Amino acid sequence: MSFEPRIIAFCCHHCAYGAADLAGVLRLQYPANIRIIRVPCSGRVSEEHILWAFANGADGVCVSGCLEGDCHYQSGNLRAGKRVRILRNRLWDIGLEPERLRMFNISAAMGSAFIGLMQEMTDVIRALGPVAGSGGAR
Amino acid sequence: MILARPRQVSSILAGLGGARRLAVIGCQECVTVCQAGGRKEVSCLAHLLRIAGLKEGLPLMVTEATVARQCDTAYLAPLDPLVEQVEACISLGCGVGVQFIAERYPGVPVIPGVDTVGGGGTTAPGVWEERCAMCGECVLDQTAGICPVTRCAKSLLNGPCGGSSGGMCEVDPDLPCAWEMIYRRMKERKSLDDLRSIRPPKNWVSSRSGGLRRVIREDAMR
Repeated sequence: MSFEPRIIAFCCHHCAYGAADLAGVLRLQYPANIRIIRVPCSGRVSEEHILWAFANGADGVCVSGCLEGDCHYQSGNLRAGKRVRILRNRLWDIGLEPERLRMFNISAAMGSAFIGLMQEMTDVIRALGPVAGSGGAR
Repeated sequence: MILARPRQVSSILAGLGGARRLAVIGCQECVTVCQAGGRKEVSCLAHLLRIAGLKEGLPLMVTEATVARQCDTAYLAPLDPLVEQVEACISLGCGVGVQFIAERYPGVPVIPGVDTVGGGGTTAPGVWEERCAMCGECVLDQTAGICPVTRCAKSLLNGPCGGSSGGMCEVDPDLPCAWEMIYRRMKERKSLDDLRSIRPPKNWVSSRSGGLRRVIREDAMR
């Protein structure tokens, strides 16, 4: 049986979640591997949330916020982006592929772009394989 | 406060020596302020260790705990039942906390989760700077409140060396020369004459060369 990854998508209520909603209204299909968690702002997603997801069976995590300059809380998406960048280094340090953690910036009008990103994320993680049993630390 | 920075998780993993039941112990004092070893950092490190175990296919059982102060045995006592259950502890306290835990639980390996840097404070959000080298005999009254022991790369006590250029240190062009700072502040205070006064040499016996230093206050003793 082929490997089906579990991917957690933290989506900002104002933008990325709107994009996912729009994709639904447009009846666009996207992989069932994606589990969306709506957050008030991508800046709300802390390192703990992301690491908890990986430690509890997620094979990939993406944090999706508003386009840069469009954050409804001014800089939450920038903070989230910085956090993701630093955390990717920490994941690399323990031997986990940084590609498993991504930050996306999209607007609520970008329904089809959201689908494309989720498809791409799923393809990347499917190619990487599961986290569990993927080998020892670096 | 004591400044510390997190160690790489890979080096912590390398020091586990086959231990699979672990306790990650944080401290709510200085290392919480410099975001190296508080409750949140404990949680993140514990998750990273769990992920590393998951990857390896040999799960690590990681328990999290954060105490009010690791440098105080009274706060360590509640950890006793937890440490009994584990094969190794990772302390996110400063070097003092690591040693206090190791002293209380001599049979359990204790791995430092942070590198302890020194005495300092917050200068900007996310920036912490050393201010005190803990040399044991303070000279700040003679140097306009600027510590040459800490700030000068050579810890000079009698003015700048020849490497001071344009107010900056030769060791790092972004590092202000401590003696230039002292001179300017004394000039501002119109107390430059104080620099001319002859002082006895600083007593370095109370610094780092005499082994373990103790602070004893009879009035605080039982």
